[in-house]
Amino acid sequence: MAYVSVKGGERAISNAHQWLDEMRRGDASVPELTVEQIRHQMSLAVDRVMMEGSCYDPELAALAIKQARGDVTEAIFLVRAYRTTLQRFGATEPIKTPEMAVQRRVSAAFKDIPGGQILGPTFDYTHRLLNFDLCDAGPAGVAVKATEPVVEKMPTIASVFAHESLLEQTAAESDDAPEPYDLTREPMAFPAGRDQRLQALARGDEGFLLSLAYASQRGWGSTHPLCGEIRMGDVTVEFTPEELGFPIEIGEIVVTECQMISNFEGSADKPPQFTFGYGLTFGHNERKAMSMAIVDRALRHKEVGENGVHAVQDEEFVLYHSDNVEASGFVQHLKLPHYVDFQAQLQFVRRLCKEWREAREAATPDAGEFAEAAE
Amino acid sequence: MESHQEDVATTEGLRLARQRAHALIAKSPADAVRSVFDLMENLPEVERLRPSEVGLVLVRGRVGGEGERFNLGELPVARAALRIPEGPVGVGYVAGRNRDHAELAALADAMVQADVWRDRLEEGVLAPLAAGLAERKADTGRKAAATKVDFFTMVRTRGEK
Repeated sequence: MAYVSVKGGERAISNAHQWLDEMRRGDASVPELTVEQIRHQMSLAVDRVMMEGSCYDPELAALAIKQARGDVTEAIFLVRAYRTTLQRFGATEPIKTPEMAVQRRVSAAFKDIPGGQILGPTFDYTHRLLNFDLCDAGPAGVAVKATEPVVEKMPTIASVFAHESLLEQTAAESDDAPEPYDLTREPMAFPAGRDQRLQALARGDEGFLLSLAYASQRGWGSTHPLCGEIRMGDVTVEFTPEELGFPIEIGEIVVTECQMISNFEGSADKPPQFTFGYGLTFGHNERKAMSMAIVDRALRHKEVGENGVHAVQDEEFVLYHSDNVEASGFVQHLKLPHYVDFQAQLQFVRRLCKEWREAREAATPDAGEFAEAAE
Repeated sequence: MESHQEDVATTEGLRLARQRAHALIAKSPADAVRSVFDLMENLPEVERLRPSEVGLVLVRGRVGGEGERFNLGELPVARAALRIPEGPVGVGYVAGRNRDHAELAALADAMVQADVWRDRLEEGVLAPLAAGLAERKADTGRKAAATKVDFFTMVRTRGEK
C-alpha cells in the first residue's frame, strides 16, 4: 500500500499556534513572568527540566518552562531539542561528590555520621499547610547563619565504615577502563552495564522511577532500602581542553546524590554485607535521586543472586520506558492523522463482520432471516 | 602585593598559576568578572584566534562518588582563544553560554603567562575574585551549619530507692 500525502491545515495550524501564544501569556492585565523569575523562584522545576532535559543550563530550562506554559515534560523536550544544536567539546573529568560543598547532608541510617546531619533548605518537617501570606508579596525569607561554616569535606557513609567491610566497597576503576557508555551516541544495548543504566536513569522520568521505586519497596522487587546518605551542594567541574592538555576548573554545578543501602545475605564468594544503590541528579532533586538509587539497586539483582521476577528488576522494561521524551512522543503521536491506518482497519473489520454473518447464516438459517427482518 | 614571578619559574609552577586563574574566573559570576576587568587601568590588546563559541561538555560522575564512571548529562560551555602582543596565547573555557566570560578567561590565561601582566592580573582581578568566592562559599557554609542537628538524649534515671 502506498502512502497518500494529505495537504491542508496550514492556516488552521498557524492560527492554533497564535491562540496558543495568547493562552501562554494568559490575562494581559497580569504582569508577564520573566525567565529570571522562573529561574529563581521555580528553581526545583528548573532543576528537573535540566536533569531530564540532560542539559545543565538554568536559564534555558526556565525559558523552556515559560514557553511550555509550565508543562515540565514539554519543557524537557524543548531542552533536549536545543541540546542537539550544539557541538560537543568533550567529556569532563568525573565530578568528585565526596568533595562536595554541602548545603544539605543527611543519613537516615547512621545518626552519628561524621560531619553531622545538615538539614539544608528542605521541605521535610514542614506541615504542608498552605501559606496564605504568599498570596501577596511573601515575607522575605532570611536564612540564619552560624558563626562557623560546615566542614569543607564531609566523609561519605561508605568511607566511615570502610574498615569493617560490612558495606560494599566501590571498586576503583582501572586506568585502562573503557570510556563509559553514551546513550546519546550509541543505541540501547542489552545486557546493559551499570554505566549505561545510570545514564538512562539520570535522564529518566522522575514519576516513572518514583513509581518503580515505590513498587519495589512494597514488594514488587524487594530491596528493603535504607537511606545511607543524601547530599546536595556544589561540585566543581573539571575539563581538559585539547589546546591546554591539562585539566582546568570550568565552573560549579549543584547536584543531589543518594546512597541507598540494602541487605545482602552473602554468597559462596562474598560475606554478608550491605550493598548500595546509587542516585545522582543535576540540581536539587531528592525524590529523583532516591528513586534512581532504589531502581539502580533493584537492577543489580543478578550481581547479588536475587531472583529477577519483577518489572523493576527487568532492565529492558525499565530502560526502554524511562525516557519521557520517547514515551510522550510515542503515546502522543497517536493524535496525529492515522487516517489510512484507520481506513485499512475499517475495511478489515467490515470484511470480518461480513464473513461472521455469512458463517452464522449458513449454520442457523433462521437467525439470518431474523436479522434481515430486524433491519 | 608580593610578586608571583618565582612561583611560575618552572613549567609546573606556570601550569598551577594558569589553573588557578582559570578556576577563579570560571567559578565567579560573569558580571563579577567583567566588573573587575573594567576597573583595570589598561589591558593588553587582544587578537582573537577564532570566533568565540558555545558548545557542550558531557558531565561524568562515578558510582558512589569514587567507582566506575558514567555519563550524567551535558553542560553548555563557552570557549575562546586569543593572543596578546607580548606573545602568549590564552585559552578560556567557562560553564554557561556567555562568550564574554570565556574571552575574559582567555585573556587572564594569556596575562598570567606574561611577566609584564602577571602581577597586575593578580592584584586587579584574581585577588578580588578569590575574596568574593571565599565569601560566598563561607556564607553558604554558615547557612548549612545553622541547620546542623544537635541531638540530645534524655537520660532517664530512676530515683534513689
